Amino acid sequence: MTSLKKLLLGEQGLVVIFAVAFAIVALTVPNFLTERNMLGLLQSVVTIGIVACTMMFCLASRDFDLSVGSTVAFSGMAAVMASNASGSILIGLVAALLCGGFVGLVNGVVIAHFRINALITTLATMQIVRGFALIASDGRAVGINDPSFYQLALSKFLGIPTPIWVMGAFFVVFGFVLNRTVFGKNTLAIGGNPEASRLAGVKVSNMRIWIFSLQGLVCAVAGVLLASRITSGQPNAATGLELSVISACVLGGVSLAGGRAAMTGVIVGVLIMGIAENVMNLLNIQAFYQYVVRGLILLLAVLLDNLRSAAAGRRS
Amino acid sequence: MQDFLEFRSISKGYPGVQALSDVSFSVRKGAVHGLMGENGAGKSTLIRLLSGDQSADEGEILIDGEAQSYRSVRDAFRAGVIVIHQELQLVPELTVAENLWLGHFPGKGGVIDRRQLIRVVGEKLTEIGIDVDPSAKIASLSIGERQMVEIAKAVMLDARVIALDEPTSSLSSRESEILFALIERLRSNGTVILYVSHRLDEIFRLCDSLTVLRDGKLAAHHADISEVTRDQIIAEMVGREISNIWGWRARDLGAERLRVESISGPKLRAPLSFTVRRGEILGFFGLIGAGRSEMTRLVYGADRRDQGTVSIDGAIVPADSPPKSVRAGMVLCPEDRKFDGIVQGRNIEENMAISSRRHFSPFGLLNLKKEAELADRFIAKLRVRTPSRKQDIINLSGGNQQKVILGRWLSEQGVRVLIIDEPTRGIDVGAKSEIYEILYELAAQGMAIVVISSELPEVMGITDRILVMCQGRIAADIARTDFDERRILAAALPDLPTAQVQPS
Repeated sequence: MTSLKKLLLGEQGLVVIFAVAFAIVALTVPNFLTERNMLGLLQSVVTIGIVACTMMFCLASRDFDLSVGSTVAFSGMAAVMASNASGSILIGLVAALLCGGFVGLVNGVVIAHFRINALITTLATMQIVRGFALIASDGRAVGINDPSFYQLALSKFLGIPTPIWVMGAFFVVFGFVLNRTVFGKNTLAIGGNPEASRLAGVKVSNMRIWIFSLQGLVCAVAGVLLASRITSGQPNAATGLELSVISACVLGGVSLAGGRAAMTGVIVGVLIMGIAENVMNLLNIQAFYQYVVRGLILLLAVLLDNLRSAAAGRRS
Repeated sequence: MQDFLEFRSISKGYPGVQALSDVSFSVRKGAVHGLMGENGAGKSTLIRLLSGDQSADEGEILIDGEAQSYRSVRDAFRAGVIVIHQELQLVPELTVAENLWLGHFPGKGGVIDRRQLIRVVGEKLTEIGIDVDPSAKIASLSIGERQMVEIAKAVMLDARVIALDEPTSSLSSRESEILFALIERLRSNGTVILYVSHRLDEIFRLCDSLTVLRDGKLAAHHADISEVTRDQIIAEMVGREISNIWGWRARDLGAERLRVESISGPKLRAPLSFTVRRGEILGFFGLIGAGRSEMTRLVYGADRRDQGTVSIDGAIVPADSPPKSVRAGMVLCPEDRKFDGIVQGRNIEENMAISSRRHFSPFGLLNLKKEAELADRFIAKLRVRTPSRKQDIINLSGGNQQKVILGRWLSEQGVRVLIIDEPTRGIDVGAKSEIYEILYELAAQGMAIVVISSELPEVMGITDRILVMCQGRIAADIARTDFDERRILAAALPDLPTAQVQPS
């Protein structure tokens, strides 16, 4: 194998490709490497980035969650309506977490206890929860009354908007959970071989319920930040989010067959998605083309991953 | 007769392991050639090279005097070489005929002529002497029948060399007989058969010649198998004399430890009861379908139980989940290591610590140093052959995987009952004795051990008492002093009208 091939197909191949792509874009696309654009780029991937943290766990345990987009919209809506009604942002936040956590819990219980396929279960809850968001708001956007709710998204710390800090914190926390806790190791073990893990004493059902519940809670956080940024609860917010999030995870080398995941990969995956969109905006490429490009990136990533596992298979 | 298949100075290395070094031997036309060796001796690697799945670093494979340079399984097919693996490569939802034609269906313009398909396959199967309905779905066949279909596929592709990797490991003795008859017929047609097995009696029965590998090198080549003895082959495999592979010795038995009372489940209707004492190794023997594995899963809580209780030292074990069983001090080494035992894609260290890490992970935070220590300790203690604890478990041989699973439970705290289903299936002689020694040591420490095995010599060799199962019931309870092969087999055979009993 040539050293170039080795580098690209090795453990850090994706990071290398990302660094090269970033450098090329930074040098060729005007206005890309400016503080303002960088912050805008990061802002634009906050929702995907936050939700990808727990989607990584879901995929790593050989499960799947399609309901994240609906849950983000629904819990954002819950936050806005609860805070408008009570006059307290805190109550809004709690309402959002309760709603998100509840959706996740239901997903988890149905999948783990009633042994319904995760794809089908979350396909169903995706529609049910979207329906809830529409019913609650009568299909209309609900504006935020309390201006300090906007501040969640607008406020800055050390010049960087709060949502970006939140996303960064989630990356750190979930990276730690994946690599340094029993929870993370059990997640990977379940994804690697669920029956063997169960016979080895891992509480597989409980783990799955926790993973889905966490996913719901994290969606709620993303939902609150999104509502604050768009200054309203939108029942149609975050449509198609599930696909972007899963794409980002797969781009980052998370295996859909379970058992393989890395936080750095997911971060890079999220950033690649963000950069592609950002660059196309800067170059004034019509939005319609962006779908095509996003799909192509995903296909390329999967092909690369395939080559990489083949190379790893030859090595071992 | 001339040499038909020849391996010439084959070497193959993987990171950290030299799997084969400078192996040369040849096989005559129309011979059944045995390939033996301990796990990790290089048999699988050699088969993999022959199948075209991987290529050798050095050396070449010659067929009928021609050096082969194939680089894929398809190329090997074209050269007439077909390897039949332990995991069969058939599509379960297609019929026998469709599977046999897969890849080269007859018919016009992509339209399949179903009737022609079934007729041609039916004729071919009769010709080879395989009694399987060509229109049956693979999923409806037994494992033995599926293997026949695989072999039929090889014959239809005009295979000149067929390699069989542990073909009888999941066959009943009756199915094995059918397989042996088929191998005889293939031999008389001039096909070269490379037969990989751990079972010496099969090797002696079927093979004309034999090669023994050890640590990736050629340990012995016997052009005529009638000139060797059993003990000689074992010595060649392990590189030392093994006088008694069982090594059983008397132990003091203590008070009752495990009590199983009238348990039954959906797949095991009749209630079962038995007890095991401290320090006792209890054996379960039965034919395939006697209900041994179902019983195991019920006791361990892996399947739902309809009734009955399991208690350890008088305390009842919750019935519904393996994690609860583990916490109550009962652990299981499952029969099917690949599907129920190992976690593929994770390394040895993680596979060992999967259960015991909860004892030294405060608030769920891992103690990586402790995990590494633990893995190194049990790799050394159990003599797991691996370059490092970071090795993916899938790369280990069967015996070493079994040792890692034993290590998983030895590192667990408060284990009082060990259930081990088929402890040495697919494991070579040397590693077998090592595993038995571990069991004796654990029993001597007071553990109650339940061994389930379909190999009668093994159950008789290592246990203190045998419960014979037949059609879901315990048919006999025999103490070691009364062990008798005939008596055990008689109890294991179902009471059928005499006409239906197959002579073996």
